[in-house]
Amino acid sequence: MLLNEYLLLAAFLFCTGVYGALARKNSVLVLMSIELILNAVNINLIAFGAFNHTVAGQVFALFVIAVAAAEVGVGLAIVLLIYRNRHSIDLDKVDVMKG
Amino acid sequence: MGGSHLALVHGLNVAQQIAFFALAGAMVLSALRMVTTKNLVHAALYLTVVLAGAAGLYILLAAEFIAVTQVLVYIGAIVVLMLFGLFLTRAPLGTGQDLDNNQRWLAAIIALFLFGVLGVTLQKGFKGTHVNAIPITDGGSNTAAIGVSIFHDFVVPFEVASILLLAALVGAVVIARRD
Amino acid sequence: MPGDPLFNNGLNLAVALIVIIKAIIVFVVVLVSVLFMVMFERKVIGHMQNRIGPNRAGPFGSLQSLADGTKLFFKEALLPAKADKRIYRLAPILAVVPAFLVFSIVPIGGTITIAHHVTRLQLVDPPWGILFMLMLSSIAVYGVMLAGWSSGSKYPLLGAVRASAQMISYEAAMGLSIAAVVVLSGSLHTSAIASGQHGLLHFRNHTVPLPAWNLFRTWVVPFIIFMIAVTAEMHRPPFDLVEAEEEIAGGFNAEYSSLGFALFYLAEFMNVVTMSGVTVTLFLGGPDGPRILGHSVGPFWFVLKLFAFLYTYVWLRATLPRFRYDQLMDLGWKRLIPASLGMLLFVAAVRTGSRGWVIGVMVGLVVGAIALMRALSVGARTTEVEAASIARAGRRA
Repeated sequence: MLLNEYLLLAAFLFCTGVYGALARKNSVLVLMSIELILNAVNINLIAFGAFNHTVAGQVFALFVIAVAAAEVGVGLAIVLLIYRNRHSIDLDKVDVMKG
Repeated sequence: MGGSHLALVHGLNVAQQIAFFALAGAMVLSALRMVTTKNLVHAALYLTVVLAGAAGLYILLAAEFIAVTQVLVYIGAIVVLMLFGLFLTRAPLGTGQDLDNNQRWLAAIIALFLFGVLGVTLQKGFKGTHVNAIPITDGGSNTAAIGVSIFHDFVVPFEVASILLLAALVGAVVIARRD
Repeated sequence: MPGDPLFNNGLNLAVALIVIIKAIIVFVVVLVSVLFMVMFERKVIGHMQNRIGPNRAGPFGSLQSLADGTKLFFKEALLPAKADKRIYRLAPILAVVPAFLVFSIVPIGGTITIAHHVTRLQLVDPPWGILFMLMLSSIAVYGVMLAGWSSGSKYPLLGAVRASAQMISYEAAMGLSIAAVVVLSGSLHTSAIASGQHGLLHFRNHTVPLPAWNLFRTWVVPFIIFMIAVTAEMHRPPFDLVEAEEEIAGGFNAEYSSLGFALFYLAEFMNVVTMSGVTVTLFLGGPDGPRILGHSVGPFWFVLKLFAFLYTYVWLRATLPRFRYDQLMDLGWKRLIPASLGMLLFVAAVRTGSRGWVIGVMVGLVVGAIALMRALSVGARTTEVEAASIARAGRRA
């Protein structure tokens, strides 16, 4: 297999994730787009790990998965709190601090 | 199962190539649908397809432990949590509402620009580089190698990750608490 | 020796045929055992409640489940007006397929020889073995969640929300108690986990007159936690809040009829059979048992143990009342997860064989348990105070 196949696919997923994070206004959708970005990183890590013949890439992918789990846990707790206070999870409406 | 009699074209294993492009095609389509669909739960399901495809790619790269972890943690816990969040915040059935903000075009330009830069750089750097998915250890599985690596070379990051998870657990409880 | 010896000499037609035949046999055995399980459950519950149970179709009502299935099959498949069509049809399949696949990793005997090919009595023996089971049970959550959401009505959605929280919570305890087993067997292969429990139990150079099953080697507690977690994972009574008839009218599958309902029903009972099989493999030595007349009869012992579990699940259903939702979450998060984590540490410490580790971990666990109890009692008191103040505020208003 060509290394670039994996890297370009990961780059595509990363950019799709960036688009989603910027263009979506529902906060859960933004969280999902961030997962897409993290997943692109994981594909890169594993492809380079196989390329270099080391397990370090896989170990780091595991850490990324752990961090993603933590991020989603806290992120969803925040989303639920926002929903409880504002009855909406649109990020455009979370602007009470705006002057 | 020796690799000697497998079909090779231009030094590439045909079966692996077919598997890769089938998975990659499904992932690309689902990723695009995920960021454009107007239905919240469908978006989560498209994300699931992307994640499952990634797990398939990991198996192609002989990282089967990561593939299983991916399904277990990402699909089994993270996306389920997101669906849970969507249900609790009353995701409506159907596709009526507008889920995008008004920076859609700007975001698309940024994403395309980023992809262009990344693509050109990657093509310049790694064009024609081969990667082969031979298992790193002899036993046909590198789960044990990962375990050894985590608890020898990466003990400190491992401990930091566990502290992070603990902090996230406590943080999520404190934030979501009704007070 | 990891993996199935069937593939040692490469792949050829005979090997492929053996794999296909094994797949068909597993499929048929699981399907038939589900039909049996439905009848068995209704009969046993009937007797426990001083009734006869189904006794019309076939001798002693043995064809009852076949009759039920045929009836469901010919019912009209309704599609609720507000349903999300594609997902509504996909959900039952997502529930039933993982339930089928789990049984493929369960070893039901040693090896057999078919046409000069040695093969294990299990469909596949992948290097990620027991993780495959965890993986499938986390996919099974989707069937329930999507069924509840896509039906487009209130009660199924409530069932789906309950299901997702319940299944994720108990998956953690289940995974941790499996980890205790994996620490002991040192392998993820289900065949290695089963064969590692052969013989008699050794404890500090003494032989104890007990089989060396993981049940005893892990000091029983992980087994109990696993049983509870599996019951919750399958949403069987007393953890059937997902489909509580009295509260949410049947829950996630309330809107389903005909084949869709039949598939959920099938998945539920199939899960009982396959999860019992997994429990036997993990904790009760799988096909391990004394030889009869000089023959090794692994499958016989396996089926016998499986029966014991099937009966236990029916027994639990007939005996225990349903949990309240807060009790369910308290049990999962405040009791089972800390207990399974502690037992994992303890089993790992004993496995090191050093007295220092065991004493250190035990001291740590005692301190942790005291801290946990203190935290729980403070938490309970705060909740009471808060509830009282909310009630007072309510009266004033």
